[in-house]
Amino acid sequence: MKKVLFFLVVVIAAAGAYFYINPNEFSRLKQWAGFEKASPTKTIRIATEGAYPPFNYIDATGQLKGFEIDLAQALCQKMQATCEIVTQDWDGLIPALLAKKFDVIMAGMSITQERLQRVDFSDKYLNTPSRFVAKKGSDFEISASGLAGKRVGVQRATIHENFLRKLFPQAEIVLYDTLDNSFLDLIGGRVDLILADSVAVNDGFLKTTNGQNYAFIGPSYTEPKDILGNGVGAAMRKGETELLKSFNEAIKAIRADGTYKTINDRYFDFDVFGQ
Amino acid sequence: MQNISAYGWMLWDGFFMTVLIAVTSFAIALFFGLIAAYAKLTRSKIVNFIASCYTVIIRGIPEYVLLLILYFQGAQLLAFIISLWAEPQGFIEISPFMAGCLTLGFVYGAYATEAFRGGFQAIPKGQIEAAYACGMSRWLVGWRILIPQMWRFSLPALGNIWMVLLKSTAIVSLIGLEELARKSRIAAGATRDPLTFYSIAALIYLGLTAISILLIRYLEHKSHPDRRKGYN
Amino acid sequence: MDFQLVWQYFPDLLNGAWLTIELVALSLFVGFFLAFICGLAALSRYHLLRYLAQSYMFIFRGSPLLIQIYLIYYGSSQISWIKDSFLWAILSQAYWCALIALTLNTAAYTAEIVRGAIRNIPQGAIEAGKSFGMSRWLLFRRITLPQTLRLMIPAYSNEVIQMLHASALVGAITLMDLTATAQNLISRTYASYSFYLAIAVIYLVTTYVISGIFRLLERRLYRHLRLNEA
Repeated sequence: MKKVLFFLVVVIAAAGAYFYINPNEFSRLKQWAGFEKASPTKTIRIATEGAYPPFNYIDATGQLKGFEIDLAQALCQKMQATCEIVTQDWDGLIPALLAKKFDVIMAGMSITQERLQRVDFSDKYLNTPSRFVAKKGSDFEISASGLAGKRVGVQRATIHENFLRKLFPQAEIVLYDTLDNSFLDLIGGRVDLILADSVAVNDGFLKTTNGQNYAFIGPSYTEPKDILGNGVGAAMRKGETELLKSFNEAIKAIRADGTYKTINDRYFDFDVFGQ
Repeated sequence: MQNISAYGWMLWDGFFMTVLIAVTSFAIALFFGLIAAYAKLTRSKIVNFIASCYTVIIRGIPEYVLLLILYFQGAQLLAFIISLWAEPQGFIEISPFMAGCLTLGFVYGAYATEAFRGGFQAIPKGQIEAAYACGMSRWLVGWRILIPQMWRFSLPALGNIWMVLLKSTAIVSLIGLEELARKSRIAAGATRDPLTFYSIAALIYLGLTAISILLIRYLEHKSHPDRRKGYN
Repeated sequence: MDFQLVWQYFPDLLNGAWLTIELVALSLFVGFFLAFICGLAALSRYHLLRYLAQSYMFIFRGSPLLIQIYLIYYGSSQISWIKDSFLWAILSQAYWCALIALTLNTAAYTAEIVRGAIRNIPQGAIEAGKSFGMSRWLLFRRITLPQTLRLMIPAYSNEVIQMLHASALVGAITLMDLTATAQNLISRTYASYSFYLAIAVIYLVTTYVISGIFRLLERRLYRHLRLNEA
């Protein structure tokens, strides 16, 4: 009897701890048990990377923050849907979307032909150029031959990786799981340059205390479109036409009614929607 | 120092999550292990074969690769199996937490199988025969003779599995569970101070290991009343 | 499963597999010697030596390899005296960082196996050696060492397999081992099933080849026992 009681106490404590950490699960349980009505609107689960400031990142309190997070919330409000935002590593985003772990990706993912073969994209909601960054005062010649043998860091499975492989094949390409980790190695001196989104570099690195000694180098890239894509959109599984349609309409609506501009001005002094 | 106080709570949450993942996965592993051990010891050749396939395959592939396969493909696999019986209703919802724990539990269940099988086989045959001779039913033999002793004999091996599992929870950070390793990675990336945060994480894991060692020692002490004198 | 796709990228997978095997083999080789020194030190009469060896073992066996890899790779680039010294020439390369992490890790686990094996050597064998008037070195070479090696084999074969599996984590620091190669190919082709299954099979085969080799070795080294049984 004593053992059974002890066992029960352990189980209850574990369940309590579990629901303390995952409050969402608790409401799911209540819905399942019938104590709480499931909300009439469908919950849309949106995934983001959480390591790509200022677009999406996790702050010191563990909260998701960033331009795309605010944008996602505004879009959900427009669509009158409840949204749950989750994080997933960059590599796993498309596989997990296809495995139905969530319904939408909003993680600075550019609309490219390659990705369109597997997923659908909404209309673009931002478009920013790519650029190299290096230590201040370095005199790399940004050309295919100029970067030959130079160590260039890039986040893996991105448009920037493809761009480097096509246009700078002689550079030594070092692949990182997150952009943050590539910055760590730029500071550490393991790579000479990094190619990434210019806004992510500027706001996420150059403006921080660690980025003071670094600067952009070379031109901004928006071409070729077949590699760098046509801006960033929200990715969804193929065939979810309803969802796609409501996203496109919501993007148009927040562009029109000034919500986009309000969010934009919270983070940037220019329009990231691009051309 | 400022960073530590700012991101300390995050690590604390991660620590909590790590313990929870480890305990849940271990319980699941024990469950799978018991079933597979029973399957390996039963007379049916087909059941034996299935159980052997489980342990051979799982033990031959890195946990990380298994985790990637089961996490990303597992739900589809499960949906497929269920669709053999019933109309699939949408998709099956498994939270990332449960998916991670099920995967870890499934993987370490294969290791627990061997521990339990060793435990079963260490029980002297005479005792089982004696129990049957006393007229005990099969279930009663299992409940009164096999399980209490098997537990004792498999405890050292299970203790090892627990320690390995505890450290393997760091791997589930790579599929996105918000546990200690991932939280420290987030903090290290955001503050650009990996040295501090990974060191703290390592210290916390060491603390967990130290507590586990003491706990296992205590359990082993409890499970061997005969050895207590002069042993400790 | 798309065999054609896997076949098309098979050379890439082989390159990755080669890096995996290279890392595992080198770290096991160096780790084995370190483990012997450490295992002996853990049994030493000198408190300080014993204490040092045991804390080393506790630290590397008590924390996850992933954290160790991160610490050695990202942590080292933060320490200025390392960056100013000759060490940076080594630590600036991901390859060497991974090798160091794997070596230190396997050495700690193997040291525990060595310690267990030395403790399990029958006391009679050592006493017999002593009564022949063997010196300590001779005793070590003729009795302790061979007995330890033989007693270690079952546990060590597990350790070798564990290392093969643990090496799948080095992809976290930019190295393109077998697992990371597959992940990269998946992110390019999105054919996740095919590549994961392909590398699972490669790991599975390698694991059982290794365990087969050790079983043969065990059979050879224990043949005197089998004769007695027969």
